[in-house]
Amino acid sequence: MNTFQQLGHNALTAFQRLGRAHLFLFAVLAGAPSLLPRLRLLIQQLFSVGVLSLVIIVVAGLFVGMVLGLQGYNTLVDFGAEESLGVMVALSLVRELGPVVAALLFAGRAGSALTAEIGLMKATEQLSGMEMMAVDPLKRVVAPRFVAGVLSMPLLAAIFSAVGVMGGYFVGVGLLGVDEGAFWSQMQSRVDFDEDIMNGVIKSIVFGVVVTWIAVFEGYDAVPTSAGVSRATTRTVVYASLAVLGLDFVLTALMFGEV
Amino acid sequence: MTDKKDNLVEARGLTFHFGSRVIFNGIDLDLQRGKVTAIMGPSGTGKTTLLRLIGGQIRPTAGTIHVDGHEVPRLSRRELFELRKRMGMLFQSGALLTDLSVFDNVAFPLREHTALPETMVRDLVLMKLEAVGLRGAQRLMPSELSGGMARRVALARAIALDPMMIMYDEPFTGQDPISMGVLVKLIRDLNEVLGLTSIIVSHDVAEASQIADYIYVLSQGVVVGQGTPDELHQSESEWVRQFMQGMPDGPVPFHYPAGDYAEELLSPGEGR
Repeated sequence: MNTFQQLGHNALTAFQRLGRAHLFLFAVLAGAPSLLPRLRLLIQQLFSVGVLSLVIIVVAGLFVGMVLGLQGYNTLVDFGAEESLGVMVALSLVRELGPVVAALLFAGRAGSALTAEIGLMKATEQLSGMEMMAVDPLKRVVAPRFVAGVLSMPLLAAIFSAVGVMGGYFVGVGLLGVDEGAFWSQMQSRVDFDEDIMNGVIKSIVFGVVVTWIAVFEGYDAVPTSAGVSRATTRTVVYASLAVLGLDFVLTALMFGEV
Repeated sequence: MTDKKDNLVEARGLTFHFGSRVIFNGIDLDLQRGKVTAIMGPSGTGKTTLLRLIGGQIRPTAGTIHVDGHEVPRLSRRELFELRKRMGMLFQSGALLTDLSVFDNVAFPLREHTALPETMVRDLVLMKLEAVGLRGAQRLMPSELSGGMARRVALARAIALDPMMIMYDEPFTGQDPISMGVLVKLIRDLNEVLGLTSIIVSHDVAEASQIADYIYVLSQGVVVGQGTPDELHQSESEWVRQFMQGMPDGPVPFHYPAGDYAEELLSPGEGR
């Protein structure tokens, strides 16, 4: 009986939390317009959430592109189709790896930082202090971070894909001798703007919302102790990563399933 | 709404439950305008909870709290925020924003709530910092401050908007004798000079008696004693005497409630 009770209790807690997370999201969205007259807050967060994630995104994108170039070449050359390398690299990146891997890295780099920062602000009574100063922490602290995350993610994913394509080019054309003209012209003719690029952008927008939402909520909802903040940070990375991978399947099925 | 005795804060039958724990069980408080009132009691009596109730961060289970004539639990969020602009609160940790300098911390409420030009914000901030003796520390970051300095900066921030009252949460805890003396003097002086009403939550008997006009002693959810510091020191109540004189055993037992000692030692234990 106790196991059942525990199970039921856990389920109820989980649903309560989900409910709180949604109410929290609505409150943050409602607070977002108050950022307009105070763009400085948003720009600060765009820097720490977006710009500071650039290094890891660029390095990871380069290597992922280089590996794609190498693996793709080895497979395609058996069929004499190595000139399609550009298409393969570009489609893999734009449709899947760009949005997904960038979102995973973003969850690890920016998401965990957001959770830890907000959680520590809660633990050190800074959020409570703001409330007592009649300043709404949802508007002052959470909204700028959320908006910055949502805006940064598609840009980071686009940069990831662009750098990845360059990585594939270095390996394929530079090292393995694929014809440069074929590499670019096939890519140009086969990668569709609406079908491929826009779907990738939509994916990365969705991932941006979900990852940032999880990160700021976990921080705001963290148990205000050092153990609580560390657990919340771990949860952010785990939940955000799983959510990205799960949603990627759903989105892919919706976008490319019928083709 | 003027009350008979001009009370800034009035609580009637205030009851608050946290889960199944009863924190307050029908307490009445009158905090007079312009005075320093201390709320004292052992750790864990919910003194900080009381401040949160007054500030409207949590709602009472039953009973009423009026602050300056407004019934706090009934205010809308907007009205509550308006009221809070006239309340200052000093947290135990100071609760300074760690990513802002001392200057920007004190300027924070001014920049958030007023449209004053930056030159005037600067003057106001310098005046508040001068009042707590930390004008020279304006460029430091909170991490570079000692605990006592952080609390003084937080105090400067709490008075930035010239509130009608300030709530101090354990202002003396963990302070060396000098910063303690500084804080005692500051709280008293600011109350006089700015015409504030101060509420101090504390268990430091000596310091609180030194500056308070009136003291409430809380224990186990009820008011067990009240009066001026002198009255309380000569209280008839054994409990109040134990608290005011800091005796280890008395009506408040040394031992947390437990089963029979010998029996527990002899039992095999639950073996978690």
